[in-house]
Amino acid sequence: MAGPRKFAKFRDVMHEVDRKGAAIYRNPVGTEDLVVLSPYNVKYIHSYAEDSQFFLGLANGKLLGSECTSCHYRYATPRSHCMNCGHETRWFELPLEGRVHSWTTCYFGSEEFLKETPFNLAMVEFDGVDTLLLSRLTGVKEPDIYIGMKVKAEFRKKPRYLISDVHFAPVRQKGKGRPD
Amino acid sequence: MPGQRKVYAISGGVTKFAKAHPDMDFRLMVKRAYDYAMKDVPNLKPSDIQSSRISYFSDHFARQLKAASMVQDFLGLNPIDSRRIEWGGATGGQAIQAGWEAIASGRNDVCLVAGFETMSHVQTWKGNEFIALASDTNFDYPVGGFYTGYYALMVQRHIYEYLRRGKFAGVKDERKAQKAAAEEAKRIMAMVSVKNHVNALYNPYSQYPQKLSMKGAMGGEMVSFPLNRPSICTMSDGAAVMILASEDVASRYTDHPVLISGVGCGTDTMRLADRPHGKVPLFPWESADYYANLDYPGVHSFRAGRTAALEAYKNAGITNPGEELDFVELHDAYASSEIQTYEDIGLCRYGEGYDFVDKGYPFLENVEYGLELPGRGKMPVNPSGGLIACGHPVGATGIMQGVFALWQLQGAIGKHFGDDRLQIRDAKRGLIHSHAGTGSSVTVTIMERS
Repeated sequence: MAGPRKFAKFRDVMHEVDRKGAAIYRNPVGTEDLVVLSPYNVKYIHSYAEDSQFFLGLANGKLLGSECTSCHYRYATPRSHCMNCGHETRWFELPLEGRVHSWTTCYFGSEEFLKETPFNLAMVEFDGVDTLLLSRLTGVKEPDIYIGMKVKAEFRKKPRYLISDVHFAPVRQKGKGRPD
Repeated sequence: MPGQRKVYAISGGVTKFAKAHPDMDFRLMVKRAYDYAMKDVPNLKPSDIQSSRISYFSDHFARQLKAASMVQDFLGLNPIDSRRIEWGGATGGQAIQAGWEAIASGRNDVCLVAGFETMSHVQTWKGNEFIALASDTNFDYPVGGFYTGYYALMVQRHIYEYLRRGKFAGVKDERKAQKAAAEEAKRIMAMVSVKNHVNALYNPYSQYPQKLSMKGAMGGEMVSFPLNRPSICTMSDGAAVMILASEDVASRYTDHPVLISGVGCGTDTMRLADRPHGKVPLFPWESADYYANLDYPGVHSFRAGRTAALEAYKNAGITNPGEELDFVELHDAYASSEIQTYEDIGLCRYGEGYDFVDKGYPFLENVEYGLELPGRGKMPVNPSGGLIACGHPVGATGIMQGVFALWQLQGAIGKHFGDDRLQIRDAKRGLIHSHAGTGSSVTVTIMERS
């Protein structure tokens, strides 16, 4: 039986391994390296635990933040205990409109999201809230995004119980094509 | 530092960083670096080594739990004390400090610090996924987890705080002002990319030496606006080793021990969204008035880096780093974070990082970049080429910086690089800086010629 095929370019080795499961790399250092495919798939049973209400909120079109019951620091991304004083927080409803605090457009991404590129990320700030929320920003392209841009939350109709059940889009004023 | 034994770096070794080393597994890579380091201190016997601190970042990349134990095994170091160190991108810097503690505490006289990463086991975009798992997997990763995206978010706010509200404060039209500020930042980040790639031409250990021009650096493919390919480090395979010794024994092994005179660590929230908007922790030479209108750190600066530098300078008795340091090897996973780090570690004030580059301060005197650099050589930063050009096999990276700093301070760059162009003349004291997780973990270590 023929053994694994040999290649002088490592890129070709990677292709062959992906397709056939094994290949030999004719290494310029003088070795012949056997390279094999080694898959690894896992399904985790993941509990959102103390953050569960936030994700259930997304499914109901609500953004839930956390307010410290002692120092009243308000978090846009929830946490059950205050990072400043350690006390428990309580849930409160965030406004559905905020502003872009910072943003980027990703033309590449990690493998899971590569097919979605290009996409925009934004850190969103809310009036009266001390921390930010990271989200996708849709409906606008790189040249038109700016810090301070008003944005509003939009929710996925069929929730997947992921943070990506919410994304933000520019607030458009009536009669104006451009985002305000 | 009071109450602690002095700790010296006596030797080091680096396995050339490369896209892939299919001829060596992680153990052999470390072994090669170890053998090199041992050869440089022939009086040191393996039996003199009393402990090891072995660092690698990711079990996902390694696909081998307890890989540090396998390194210990392969090097023949059993049955002495050993532990694995992991601290994200700052894994290597933390490993050096863990080795320092083993000796400073009086527990050991000689400690081996070794690190590696094997990132070639997966394709680049899968590798980016693994790295992004070092962000909150409930709130950050599912949004489009991508580290370059996170660092782009941070530099965008940095540009806003310091260029839009600085040099471009006079521009009334908000959008025009932000665009002009971003263009200026892209130009200056390109200068950093040019510096590090060109420095690496003289470093045989580097993965991506390149005679990069401003045109090439500015024109690179956009990855996450405003970060393009030449401004981002790549995936690497590699290993690095550093040997530390107490004052009692260091002189037995080398005539050129290098003192680790200060160590510092800092931390911050894992989620960028949670970073506070408070006051700057001040260096003794800074005034609160200067930062009166600044919300700190927000997402624009690294409080962990500032905290680490404050501790390290205090320990090393440094009151004016700009004058008292001769060079810096810092964690430039992105050209943006190099600029942000100048400010965190006090090479200039917050807001002055872009100007620091534009004046040429971090460029080397002996290297030709094809740029007008009036102030070049004032504070050489990443003379080795940094992560951008050397590569970033995470668990080895911080140790690589330590080894290059050691060789600088021993005046031995020519010996180890086969070319002394990158040797900083009369280098007495250097700083190494290791950074992780969007700035959630940073180490600063001061090394000096004794």
